[in-house]
This record gives sequence, C-alpha cells and structure tokens, in this order.
Amino acid sequence: MQPPRARWFAVLPLAFVGIFFAWPLATVLHRGLSPEGLDVLRSAATWRVVRFTTVQALLSTGLTVGLGLPAAYALHRLDFRGRRLLLALLTVPFVLPTVVVGAAFRALLPEPWTGTLAVIVAAHVFFNLAVVIRVVGGFWSHLDDRWEQAARTLGAGPVTVWRTVTWPLLRPAVLAASALVFLFTFTSFGVVLVLGGPTTTTLEVEIYRRTVQLFDLPGAATLCLLQVVAVMAVLLVAGRLQRRLAVRQRLVRAAAATHPVRTVGDRVVLGLTLVESVIVALPILALVVESLRVGDRWGLDWWRALGVEGPTTRDVSAWDSVRVSVSYAVVAVLIAVVVGGAASCAIAYTRRGSDLLDAGLMAPLGTSAVTIGFGLLITFDVAPFDLRGRWIIVPIGQALVAIPLVVRTVLPVLRSLDPRLREVAATLGSSPSRTWRTVDVPVLSRALGVGAGFAAAVSLGEFGATSFLARADAPTLPVQIGRLLSRPGEVNSGQAAALSVVLVAITALVVLAAERWRHPSAGSL
Amino acid sequence: MSGGLAVRGVEVALGGHRVLGGVDLDVRPGEAVALLGPSGVGKSTLLRVIAGLVTPDTGAVTWDGVDLLGVPAHRRGIGLVFQDAVLFPHRDVAGNVGYGLEAAGSTASERRDEVARLLGLVDLAGFQHRAVDTLSGGQAQRVALVRALAPRPRLLLLDEPLGALDRDLRERVGAEVRDLLRAQGIPALHVTHDEAEAELVADRVVTLVRGTAGARVA
Repeated sequence: MQPPRARWFAVLPLAFVGIFFAWPLATVLHRGLSPEGLDVLRSAATWRVVRFTTVQALLSTGLTVGLGLPAAYALHRLDFRGRRLLLALLTVPFVLPTVVVGAAFRALLPEPWTGTLAVIVAAHVFFNLAVVIRVVGGFWSHLDDRWEQAARTLGAGPVTVWRTVTWPLLRPAVLAASALVFLFTFTSFGVVLVLGGPTTTTLEVEIYRRTVQLFDLPGAATLCLLQVVAVMAVLLVAGRLQRRLAVRQRLVRAAAATHPVRTVGDRVVLGLTLVESVIVALPILALVVESLRVGDRWGLDWWRALGVEGPTTRDVSAWDSVRVSVSYAVVAVLIAVVVGGAASCAIAYTRRGSDLLDAGLMAPLGTSAVTIGFGLLITFDVAPFDLRGRWIIVPIGQALVAIPLVVRTVLPVLRSLDPRLREVAATLGSSPSRTWRTVDVPVLSRALGVGAGFAAAVSLGEFGATSFLARADAPTLPVQIGRLLSRPGEVNSGQAAALSVVLVAITALVVLAAERWRHPSAGSL
Repeated sequence: MSGGLAVRGVEVALGGHRVLGGVDLDVRPGEAVALLGPSGVGKSTLLRVIAGLVTPDTGAVTWDGVDLLGVPAHRRGIGLVFQDAVLFPHRDVAGNVGYGLEAAGSTASERRDEVARLLGLVDLAGFQHRAVDTLSGGQAQRVALVRALAPRPRLLLLDEPLGALDRDLRERVGAEVRDLLRAQGIPALHVTHDEAEAELVADRVVTLVRGTAGARVA
C-alpha cells in the first residue's frame, strides 16, 4: 500500500522555511562575515559577553539539574497525595513568557538584586526546572524498577544501586535535559533583558542592543553568526554523547514503577520537592501582590491604568496590546498549523530522506529567536520585499518559532498510526485520497489541535523575534511589558505586573484548552 | 526450631486488595521446594516478601530462627532469579554475572576467574563480552541464574525462570538448574504453575491456593 504522496506535502513547508528562515539566515551569515562586522570579534567587551553567557548558562544548567533530579524522582516514582498538583505547579513556569519571569523576579527581589548573576541564574532555574522534571521524570517513570530490585538481591546497597544501575540507565535522559537547559539559558533573551545589567548580559541581549540602540547591523550579524556556531557545536556534542551513552531497553508502563514513601531517603527527597514547590510559587505570588500594591496600601490603580493611553501617540493603552497579541496569535497559529501539519505529513510519508527533511524543518528550533527576528528584519527591507512596516511579519516570525513544536507534537502520532489500517481501507475499495481523509485525517486533526495550543502559547509569549519585528504603535503584550519594565517608577512596574498577570491568565487558558484536547474524556490535570 | 527459611502467617495487601492471607512455608537446608499455583495467586509476591522487596503487613520471616524482616534486601543473602531474566541492559554478560561480586568488593582478577567458572557451568564459556540483547531466551535465563549464584546466596528464589522457554529447552535447563543447585548445596524455592516442571526441579511440592481472604498454602 502506497502512503499518500509525500512530495506535495513537502512543497509548502520547504518554501516557507526556505524563504522566511534559510534566506534570512544566509543574509545574516553573509553580513556577519563582512570586515566591519568581524571587528566585533577583536573587542575585549565581546569576549566578556561570551564568557558571561557561557558561565551563567553552565551555572544555571548545573543547578537546574541538581534540583530537578530529586523532584523528578519524587513526582514520578513516589506515590503520595497531591503528587499531580505539585507536578502541575512545578511545570507552570515553563509556559510563562520569559518577560513575565523577568517581571516576577523584579517583583520578588529588592532593587539591588537586579543585574546580578545570582538573580539571572535563579530565574533560569525557576524557568527550566520543568524541563528536567518532564524530560528526566518522563523517562524515569517508564524505567523498569526490577533492575534495581535485581541489584538489591545481588547485595548492592542503595548508593551502589544508584551508581551502578539507576544512574547509567538514566544518564541519556539527564544529558538530553541538560543540553536543552543549556541551550535555553545560553540563548536566553527576555529574562536577561529584564534582569540583566551592564556587565551581566548575554549574546542575545547584546545582538538586540547593537541592532536597536547602536544601529551596528554588521556587528550584530557577526554575533548572530557566533551564536549559531556555538549552538550547533553544543547540539553536535550532545547528540554524539547521547548516542554513545544510549542503552537499548524495554520501557514499562508508567505508574507500574511508583511506590509509597518508605525510606528516610524518600522522605528527604519529598521534603526537598515541597520546598522547591514553595520557592517556585513565590515569584508568581509576588507578581500578583505587586499589581495590587499602590504605595503603602492595596488598590486597583494599576489595573485601571491599563486602559489609559500613554503620554505619546506611540504609546497605545495596555488593553490595546491584548487585542494586538490575540490577533497576531490567531494568524501565527493558522500559519504554524498549516505549515507544521504539511511538514509532519511530508516527513511521515517520505521513505528516503525523511531524516534530512526532519532536520531541515527543525533548524529554526536550534536557532535563537533573536537571530530569526534579526534575520527577517535585515532581509525583507528592500522593495518588493519590504515587509518591515507590515504587521504580517510578526506572526510569520512567531510561526517560525512554533512550527518545530507543532511537528514534534504531530509527527509521533502520525508515525504511530498502524499502516495496516490503510491497507484495510484499500481492500475495502477506498481510493488513496479517501483513505487519507478517513484514516489519517481524524488522527491528524486531534494532534493538530494540541499543536495549535502550543503554537498559541508560543506566539502569545514570544519576545525574542517579536521585539525586532513589532511596530512601535502595535506592541504585543510581552513587548508592552518589556517597555513598561524599562521605565523607572512604581506606575510602570505596577502596570507591568498587572499586565503580566493578564498574559499569564491568557496563556494558562490556552495551555489548559490544548491539554483537554489531548485527553478529551479526562477531567484531571 | 528447624534450620533454614521459615515463613509464618505472612499477609500482604497491594492496592487495597489482600494478596496473601496468612502463608506458612519452610525451606530446610539443602532442600529444593517447588511452589505451585495458578497464575495471579500471589506466588511472585511471596518470593518478593522473602527477598525483602515487599514488606508484609503482618507475619514473620526468619532464617535459622533469626528475624529477616528488619534486614534490607541487599543484606539478606537471598538470591532472586526473575521471570524474564531482567539482565542489566547497560552491562555485557560478564558485567551482569560479576555484579554481585563487585558489590561484595572483590578484585577484578578474582571476578574474572569466577565469572569464567560460572559461565562454564551453564555452557556459556566465552560469552563474557556479548551484549545482553544478543542472547537467546534460554541463554539470558542461564546468565540470570549464574548472576544470582555468584554472590553465593544462602537461599535461591526462582520466579518461573523457565516460563518463557519452549518445552524441550525447559526440560533441559530445568534439569541443569536442579543439578547445579544440588552440587552447590544451595536450597531453592522454585515458583512455577507447571506440575511437570515442579516434579522435575524439586524434592517437595507446596501448593498455593486462592482463598476469600488472600492466598494460603494448601
């Protein structure tokens, strides 16, 4: 039985990614290798930024993994009341827009903390704990616990069991999670833009500063190039290590491996997880408090101020940015679902070269959002392709960031479809196109619904690419929050906090709706 | 009081359901006992209680009259051969067989000699560096057996170790296991739901039957 024609599905995604990703990236690389751009590499300041970017990413990754492992164990191997609630709470920060994370830490910690290494690392740990808990925990919950039991009956104590059995089997998942966290923190933009200072800045923020404040496009392009090279090197090394450490094993059904809290060690790990949950809840609470705190009293002043237009014509009211964000999100979701859906079909139905196609369409995921935004900005700046002033460029940039997530959601579902179902349909007299409509599409549409939810969350919170592309008189919510935070005074920080709460609420609604789509029958989390 | 293993009045509830309802059982030194019973009756749970992997709600488990329930699994000196081998996927055959010796703190050269001797016992000489996922079902089960024997347990528990093998192989490996345990003088408790297998491997057969309040020995 022939699967549907892969060729036709590949046309749209290849064209879209080619025009809006590969071409801009090529433009960036071309500009970056110009003599005036390369001057940046001779400046000591540049290397200070590179060093800080690397050091904070390493520290953030180490701490996140160190704190995430016990929580992953407690939440995926132990059986206790409130486990699902804690899991949900510790996962929330990851869907928070980065600007909101920045705003939350500004609200939580007194002024002198802003601009320190400590606050940046703390925000990154807060933000990425969910990655370690989900990636490592997801794997851990499927790890057959009889290997550990076999080791115990062979005379291995708890420490030996961990060292010789659990850790070697878990290592590939820990490595995968570490690589993700390192990439996220190495290319961190929103958090560092809000919380960083003159000496505590990452490459991403430096690229933005050079573009927007110094108008040094060649220098910014060179830094983008440097960033792309660094990210590719990390991906390459991580991929290689992962293949070397990978252990072929049969995974078991989740929950088969959970057990009640028994030992002192279990209790310590559970206690630590509870403490982590409280710490994670603090910044979110601080945000709510900040939005309601007016001087020494409580009040709704900042919430009322959201409807008032700013002092200049370019300052639209905060509520207007809600409208802007939502309409951009609708367009971005449409693009991401159509392009991502077609891409998933193309990859799933191709027999030869599907890995290559997959890697090509995933490339935007490995590229920082700032590079994507910057690339679009400097590529589509001459007629007839002058899109700078057009609103459509914003959802296009956001869709580029979201497409890989849509593909990662839809592709596994499509691949798990039993090919014999298509054969059955064919033997029942169904034409290839009818077979596709009646067998593939029902499965596809549900997965696309979940993907659309993710795409909407990405679009609503997107800050890296959007901050380059959004017009000054049509800021999205994150851009508006970033703007308010960059101004001094309680009026601005209070409004930023209120607007952050609004953005969190909208994002939460979208994510919850997508999760319901995944389990249509379940009312649980 | 007789020597060896004594299980008295062991009750276990798992997930709100009473699995074992007051089980008594003895395994005397040098003896091979077969534990027979329908699948799902709780035979594996009883083995896990004896090995120290499950704590019973009530009852006693002793060795030569000394309490075992307070002793963690890795200090009981009781070996367990799992139903489908459960070989460590990240270690080769030698790494699996030598695991218990390693935990006991033996040197690398002692381990090398002992692993070679044990593999020879089950006709797997020269298999040291094979990856475990390249072994056949019968080979994997024999590796699991000598892995459990390596730390010289005072009692060996076998949880339907031959269940996954086809009939011819089951009889051959079953006889091998019996002779091996006899030669080493290690008492064994051998779980099976196959009567012929029980007769083949054991000196004495004990049957576990379903009861309204959990399984009991008939």
